[in-house]
Amino acid sequence: MNKVMDIKNFYFTYAKAPKPSLKNINLPIYENKVTALIGPSGCGKSTLLRSLNRIHDLYPGNKYEGEVLLKDLKTEEMENILEYKKENELINLRQRVGMIFQKPTPFPMSIYDNISYGLKLMGKKNKSELEDKVEEALKDAALWEEVKDRLKDDARGLSGGQQQRLCIARAIAVEPEVLLMDEPTSALDPISTIAIEELVAKLKDRVTIAIVTHNMQQASRISDYTAFMYLGELIEYGSTEQIFLNPKEKRTADYIAGKFG
Amino acid sequence: MEAIFKKLSALSATTILLILSAIFVVLFIYAKPAVQKYGIHFLVDPRWDVSVSLNKNSANNTPNTVNKNMSDNNLNSAPIGENDADVLAALGETNTQSSNNTETIYGGLVPIVGTILSTILAMFFAVPIAMGISIFLAEIAGPKLSKPVGIAIELLAAIPSIIYGMWGLFYFGPFVSHLFGGSSVSLLVAGLVLGIMIIPFMSSLTRDSMNTTPEVLKESAYAMGATKFEVIKDVIFPYAKQGIIGSMILALGRALGETMAVAFVIGGVFTFPKKIIDPTVSIPVVLANNFAESSGISLSALFYLALILFVLSFIVISFAKFYFLRNKK
Ligand SMILES: Nc1ncnc2c1ncn2[C@@H]1O[C@H](COP(=O)(O)OP(=O)(O)OP(=O)(O)O)[C@@H](O)[C@H]1O
Ligand SMILES: [Mg+2]
Repeated sequence: MNKVMDIKNFYFTYAKAPKPSLKNINLPIYENKVTALIGPSGCGKSTLLRSLNRIHDLYPGNKYEGEVLLKDLKTEEMENILEYKKENELINLRQRVGMIFQKPTPFPMSIYDNISYGLKLMGKKNKSELEDKVEEALKDAALWEEVKDRLKDDARGLSGGQQQRLCIARAIAVEPEVLLMDEPTSALDPISTIAIEELVAKLKDRVTIAIVTHNMQQASRISDYTAFMYLGELIEYGSTEQIFLNPKEKRTADYIAGKFG
Repeated sequence: MEAIFKKLSALSATTILLILSAIFVVLFIYAKPAVQKYGIHFLVDPRWDVSVSLNKNSANNTPNTVNKNMSDNNLNSAPIGENDADVLAALGETNTQSSNNTETIYGGLVPIVGTILSTILAMFFAVPIAMGISIFLAEIAGPKLSKPVGIAIELLAAIPSIIYGMWGLFYFGPFVSHLFGGSSVSLLVAGLVLGIMIIPFMSSLTRDSMNTTPEVLKESAYAMGATKFEVIKDVIFPYAKQGIIGSMILALGRALGETMAVAFVIGGVFTFPKKIIDPTVSIPVVLANNFAESSGISLSALFYLALILFVLSFIVISFAKFYFLRNKK
């Protein structure tokens, strides 16, 4: 099994915060697997996820320490993304590590333009190529049948669940290596939630997924590996089966059993 | 309780409509003599307060017309000394309609054109600058800078327009005429002063609507690999489009009806601006300067102008609303 990302001795401190929100995190992300991050509210799951595409850099003053390694596609070598300084290095990183947010975030433009947005940012202009890619991404995100006749409509007219699948389609259209999902179903109804879960299962052949969730069943259903975090630390990491059936740490067992959080 | 509340709010809404129509009706009643006398030709007639002899074969541009330009207003009598007609105006003020074989003609073309041109100039000047300011405040400057600058801009927006006019007359006008030539009161100066006056207003409203863009929406554009410029162009502007256009419309309305700032710097003469640096006049300025000494048909002509301004603002604003905001969803 290959690691696409490897987080080593990682600390993260928000601007003006007196102490780090993440302490000494060591976590591998395996290729074409789904890694779930679980833990009580405020334990740092989003903070960790948002470090992996360095979206924290949009706000000044945040501090990263340690290493977050990402495999270079060509050389197969691991490269520390915390060393990126130039804007185009960060842009490149974000095209390789996509992100889905808790609330759907359709851009204020048509469905078609939403999906082709990332491709256009990458400089793809050929119209028929764009059309093919848009169709492919929408099919992969199980949205094509529902929207194929209304590609020119404003994306904000879709339902919440459709919007979230649109965001997934938009993210996978640029063929990222890793997709980060921060509670992607917490704002959705049960049926849309199942649709997204099926999508995750289907997509993992092509993209590695790291997903934050508060839903234990969801974590056990869709993930291959699970990391349990508590108060900014990684308490336990292992295969999902092991974490849910034989947790080594008492706090993990208590959390999974619903005793706190 | 519920019913009373509903009735009250319905009442307030109807009051607005009533006031609007009442204003229109009053303007129309007072303007009626002039409307009947000059008809639609008023809109294209450049003569204002010009006596023509009633001699049948001297229809329009006869050389024996006596130009009695009313532009001699006490606000800016100094800079328009170049116009010889003022002397005549001062002399002939009293016997406007007394003589039998002459008739005084009023036409609105010059102030209408002056109003439209000064507003267009102001918008051309103000829109890009206001957009730049609001982008800077909303997205580029950190909170340490954008807070105080934002407050300063709101203060600027609250300055009474007469102060912009005085500043324009004594400082900015001479400065502009030094740069571009021409007189220190002109269409150009009026347009620029108007522009400067609406910039703070427009930029603080635009900044506010840009700030309504949800943080997570911007983040997801950055997460696609967009640069700051691309996020502003593709996400923030489309998201805040309604508010931004709304702020432009409000600013446009303000520029159209602005009186005091323009009265100081447009020159107040009833002549066509051949060049942008020529003085001319606008509708609100004509109204403000001439109401005191008008009666009869000249008063009615002023009301006709006011009616035109009313309709003009109404058309501009409804057009903007329907054209830009039609696909609201
Ligand atoms: N912008 C910020 N500035 C300072 N501290 C922050 C900021 N955002 C989050 N924190 C703090 O960092 C810690 C981790 O927050 P984080 O949002 O990562 O938690 P989480 O595990 O995602 O919680 P939830 O499940 O509620 O989303 C919390 O203690 C929080 O108060
Ligand atoms: Mg979170």
